[in-house]
This record gives sequence, structure tokens and C-alpha cells, in this order.
Amino acid sequence: MSHLGEDELVLLHYHEDAGAEAESHLAACPECAERLRKLAETLSRASLPEPPERGDDYGAVVWARLRPRLGLAEPAAEPAKAEARVLPMRRPVWPRAASFAALAAALVLAFLLGRRFPVEAPPVAAEVRERVLLVAVGEHLERSRLVLVEIANAPAGEALDVSAQRAVADELVSSGRLYRQAAVRGGDPALAEVLEELERVFVEVAAGPESLQPADLEKLQQRIESRGLLFKVRVVGTQVRERETERLPRSVSQS
Amino acid sequence: MDDSAAVAQARAGDSEAFRLLVERHSRALFKLAYRMTGNEHDAEDVVQEAFLKAYRSLDRFEERSQVSSWLYRIASNCAFDVLRRRQRRDKPLDSLDVEHAPEPEAEAPGPDRVALGGDVRRGLEAALESMSARERAAFVLRHFEGRSVKEIELALGLDTTAVKQSVCRAVRKARQVLAPLAGTLS
Repeated sequence: MSHLGEDELVLLHYHEDAGAEAESHLAACPECAERLRKLAETLSRASLPEPPERGDDYGAVVWARLRPRLGLAEPAAEPAKAEARVLPMRRPVWPRAASFAALAAALVLAFLLGRRFPVEAPPVAAEVRERVLLVAVGEHLERSRLVLVEIANAPAGEALDVSAQRAVADELVSSGRLYRQAAVRGGDPALAEVLEELERVFVEVAAGPESLQPADLEKLQQRIESRGLLFKVRVVGTQVRERETERLPRSVSQS
Repeated sequence: MDDSAAVAQARAGDSEAFRLLVERHSRALFKLAYRMTGNEHDAEDVVQEAFLKAYRSLDRFEERSQVSSWLYRIASNCAFDVLRRRQRRDKPLDSLDVEHAPEPEAEAPGPDRVALGGDVRRGLEAALESMSARERAAFVLRHFEGRSVKEIELALGLDTTAVKQSVCRAVRKARQVLAPLAGTLS
């Protein structure tokens, strides 16, 4: 038999089946044994940086983000355990978010009116108002991200029931428009642009059928991907959170 | 409550039992997802998606399996999906058919050159970037996670030949980076 090929050496290195002939050749061939030793030495240099550390509470954080996506109620309002499990993604489960969106919309309106008809107000009140607006926009972006992830990660080639996402998309269109106007007036074109792109996608979802057919789903996924929408939402979301932190009162931000 | 009991209770509708599983396994899945995707945000998404899929497929969990292995397989598959989408996004025209996609070209200056510059880790990262989704997933699972070809088949939904070929191609690319440093390029 001729000497072992590189693939056979790789399989032997990982103790995988390379064939009986390859194993017997290795046992009898010092040259191939030396090549295998060098391969092992080379691969021993392959190391990756340690993943970023996650704290002991990471599981709780994951659960908090996951809970609404599983269609589970908030803990305080949780029904009897036998009734707790509902079919995921079959019905809208955003009542708290809806009321939050309504509150946020009211704040944005107040913000817009404040810009249009400025009144003398103490500077602290303006800061607080801006911070509340940033929190609302941050929440809007996070909810948008979750809907996009849900669609972008849906398996290709299968229809997707988007009845729950449609309801959320509808809300996000309304609140997103207000935030976009606020961003334009506030001189933040980057945020306004991302909100506009989100709005276009959500209008399509909200106006579409309850079940997306594979071809339509693929188009939507390609649109999300080709525009790098998820990435943009993350970047802008991070910037909004940073601005929100900057505006925290010193006593809070230092604690 | 052990993992198997938690799955049984979650199947019966006890969301608190599922919460236990999430709290118990999130960190391990994050580490796996980070190694496979090399990106913190993607790893976070993979963890979320993995638990979402696990919740939706509780009824398909086989009781003789280990819960941690089951979750590991689901998370590996989700991370593989992320890598495939990334590849599709970066090479929209020629790599939609992952099975028959040509080998990706290494981009200038090339992982070997980067490594010769003295930074093995950066070179290896560049080599990982030059791998196809399938090669990268198989290589990370085989080399860094110590999973057998059989386990990788199950996790990625590939056959034995595809997994072996992917690992071997990936090793070739990694060797281009690592061998020059040791003077062992054959």
C-alpha cells in the first residue's frame, strides 16, 4: 500500500474510522507514524479564546427573554400550572408590551408637542423626558429584534404561522412611526433610517397572511439578511442603551 | 429535580420545570454557541433559539437520551443554521447550495500570512472564517468540543461521509495557518 493520504491521517488523529488497511499501514510505516505525530503537534496549537464569561444569573436572564416567546404569562399573573402551557406562537401574548407601547407613544407625542410648542420647563424635566424616550425606543428595538429573529431563523422550505408576529408587527408599525418622527426631529438620521426599514418589513408582515408560504418566507428572510437589518438593530440598540446610561443621574449610574 | 424529571414535568405543562432546564444549561450552550459562531450576539441568539426549539419539541424527546446531549444537539444545529445564513449572506450568488458549493477562497492576505505575522489565534480565526459553514461547524465540534463523527452527524443532520470530508478540509485550512509556525508543513 502507498503511504497514507492526509485525510486518512486526520481521521486517525481523531481516532475515527479510517479503514482497517490504513490502520495496519500506520502500524508498519515509521514515515506515516512520523507524519501523524507532526499533524498532532500542529493541531495542538489550534486554540480559541475562551468564550466571554456569563454570570450565575445568566440562565435567569435567558429565561426572562424566552418567557414571552414561549407564550407564557408573567409570573405574577401566572395561572394554575395545569393551564400554564400554551401553544407557542399561536396567539398574541403581548398585553404588557401593548400597554407599554401605548404609554411610550403618549410620551413621544408629548415629546413632539414639546418640540413644536416649546414651553419653559426645568432642564431636569427635559432630561428625564429624554431618558424615558430612550428607554421606550430601546424597548421598541428589542421587541423588533425578537420578531426579526423569529422570522429570520424559521426553517426554510416550510410555511410559518405568523399570526402572533402579525399582531406584534402591527403595534410596532404604529409605535415605530412615532419614534421615527421623534428621531428625525431630534436630529438622529441613523436611528430614523433603521426605524423606517423596520417599519417597511413590519408593514409587510402585519398586512400579510397568517401563514407565510415558503417562497414568501424566503423573500422576507432574504430581505432581512440582505439589508443586514438584524445587525443594524443591534448596533442602534446598543447606541440607544449607551445614551440611556449616559443620561442616568450620577447617583444611579455610579451605584 | 433532575433533568429527566424536569422534561417530563415540562411536557405535562409545567413551565417552571422548563425554567429549571434553561437556568441549568444556558451557560454551557452559550459557550458552545460562541465557539461555533465566534460572535457574542449570534451566540446569544443561538441560546434563545435552541431553548425555543427544545420547548416546541419536548414531545419528541426520547426518554433514554440525556437531556444535556439533546440540548447540545439542538444548539449545535441552531449554530450551524447561523453559520449557513452568514455564508449565504456573504456569498449570495454561489453558495446557496451548500452541499455542492465550491471551496471558499481564502481572502488576501490569507490566514497563513496572518499567522506568519506571529499571531496564531488571529490566523486561526481567519482560517475559521475561510471555512464553509459545514467545515467550521464540524471542525469546532470535532476539534474543540471533542465530539465524535457520529455525534456530529446527529447534531448537524449530515451523513458520515459529509462530516469526515468537512473535518478533513477544515484541518487542511487550519494546517496552512499553524504548520508554518512549527515548520511542519508537509
